[in-house]
Amino acid sequence: MERMILKRLVASALTLLALSAMCFALLTLMPGDPIDQLVGSDPRVTPEDIARLKAYYGVDQPFWARWQAWLARLASGEFGYSRLFAAPVADVLGPALARTAGLAAAALLISTVIGVSAGIVAALRPRSLFDHVASFLAFAGVAAPSFWLALMAMALFSITLGWLPASALPSDPEAGLLERLRHLIMPVAILAALETAAIFRHARAAVGDALLHQHVLTARSKGLPGRRVIWGHVLPGAMIPLTTVLALDLGGLVSGALIVEVMFGLPGMGKLLYDAILGADYNLAMAALMVGAGAIFLANALADMAYGLLDPRIQTGGLAP
Amino acid sequence: MTASPAARARRRFFANPAATLGLVLLTTLALSAIFADAIVALLNLNADAVDFANRYAPPSAASPLGGDELGRDVLARLLAGGRVSLAVGLAAAIGAASIGAAIGLIAGFRGGWIDAALMRLTDLMLALPVLPLLIVLAAVDPAKLGFEGAAGPGASVVRIVAIVALVGWPGAARLTRAAALAARSEDYVRAARAVGVHPVRIALRHVAPSAAGPLIVAATLAMGQVILFESTLSFLGLGVEPPLASWGAMLANAQETVWEQPMLAVWPGLAIFLTVVAVNFVGDGLRDAANPRAERRR
Repeated sequence: MERMILKRLVASALTLLALSAMCFALLTLMPGDPIDQLVGSDPRVTPEDIARLKAYYGVDQPFWARWQAWLARLASGEFGYSRLFAAPVADVLGPALARTAGLAAAALLISTVIGVSAGIVAALRPRSLFDHVASFLAFAGVAAPSFWLALMAMALFSITLGWLPASALPSDPEAGLLERLRHLIMPVAILAALETAAIFRHARAAVGDALLHQHVLTARSKGLPGRRVIWGHVLPGAMIPLTTVLALDLGGLVSGALIVEVMFGLPGMGKLLYDAILGADYNLAMAALMVGAGAIFLANALADMAYGLLDPRIQTGGLAP
Repeated sequence: MTASPAARARRRFFANPAATLGLVLLTTLALSAIFADAIVALLNLNADAVDFANRYAPPSAASPLGGDELGRDVLARLLAGGRVSLAVGLAAAIGAASIGAAIGLIAGFRGGWIDAALMRLTDLMLALPVLPLLIVLAAVDPAKLGFEGAAGPGASVVRIVAIVALVGWPGAARLTRAAALAARSEDYVRAARAVGVHPVRIALRHVAPSAAGPLIVAATLAMGQVILFESTLSFLGLGVEPPLASWGAMLANAQETVWEQPMLAVWPGLAIFLTVVAVNFVGDGLRDAANPRAERRR
């Protein structure tokens, strides 16, 4: 077990390293370089000054040298300075990460409870009215653009009915806790709805497959009561594939969070990345990308370890993303 | 009476109501995109004419969906936007399927460490969140990649097709790899290898055709996905550039004016939704028709 975890960690670290090189390369392909951005169109700065600044910050170095310098700074705990927020990147990143984690955790909790229970009920009563309605809603949730659903919810609840605010943060910074929570209802509910659609489909499929397993048929034919068949034989078999797809779906959760944050003006990781890329703040963008990727890797590694607990047969030799 | 496999597959496809509905819907959407100009002319509309008298105009006989914030006709713009959205979707789906087919074929046919490395890349692409990846790719300056003079609305369409195809290939790669793996141990492939046919020729002539079915299904399903990708990027202002409008770009405008006229946000989103639903119905129908033994799960 320890060997396996160690192997996983090394593989994940190597993949993250490769990913950081890829992101770094993509960021250098974006318009302008840091010094051009810094200097802007200040007429007092001569071309000689720019050349000197570029040499000083190492911008004139080749890609590999700059990437290595970035890694070295990272190793000493240095994320660099965010031009957009005029603050160290770490100071900007911390609160944003907390907001996104809160948003995602709340949405994930709601959607897992609703999605998994609805999926089980639908799979146990295939082609019932409940199954048809839930499957249709889930399909619609996956096929409709997420930003459109958010826009429609905004139009309905904020504009037409006037029940809920259309921003994630109150305009009054002194607002009380209840008012703050009221602003968060729509962002959390929309993200939860999107995620519920995906989780329901996976849970429905996983339980449907588990119902066909030989040991379930055996348990049934030997006359075990339905309740014990489901809790003792069907659900444990369904948990393994479900854990895999839930971990894989985290990418979807991150994308959904980005859309919700941008649309409702919640300064979390997704909005930070969006603003950083559009504002050419590449130190911040790089840090946000790496922290996000690290979180996804960690979640996938945890899911893999969860299999070991769920299913003793599994020998995880494969390398994880 | 024995029908050919293709005829039987066709019959199975049309026996499936969802697939038939999807095909009808998709054909309607495609025809309205192809003949957008003719329809607009026939209805005596104009997609680009700014007319402030028609600003936020309610639906009427002359203008069935009303006017937008500049008084442009919404139906005419919807038809023109559909042309861009569907063209980008089709081109990017073909691109994504081609990339995926190449990667899957190489991985499945070569095996060994090449297979391991390519599948690891595929798994990585599937695990990474799509939207941040799309945003990063969309912000890349084409001039720095050596595409000088690649500016303007037309170039933005080519750019977005490339970006979306670069992100949308993993599904096709997995399916093609599975088909290639299965074909690799078939007798006819072993026979070809035994008589010394060049590996590239075996891959293209003997293995690739058996992957064609899954690949068509993958390309169809990928089209739904890439249309969603394109609309999201255009919504975020990183997609097609004005004055060209895709449905996603129309929704970006509609968000700004949603307080004045919420209905403007309804139509383009509904159009995207119907397209993705239709594409998925057709894709699922094709898969079931081509593979009658596979159990039908929903």
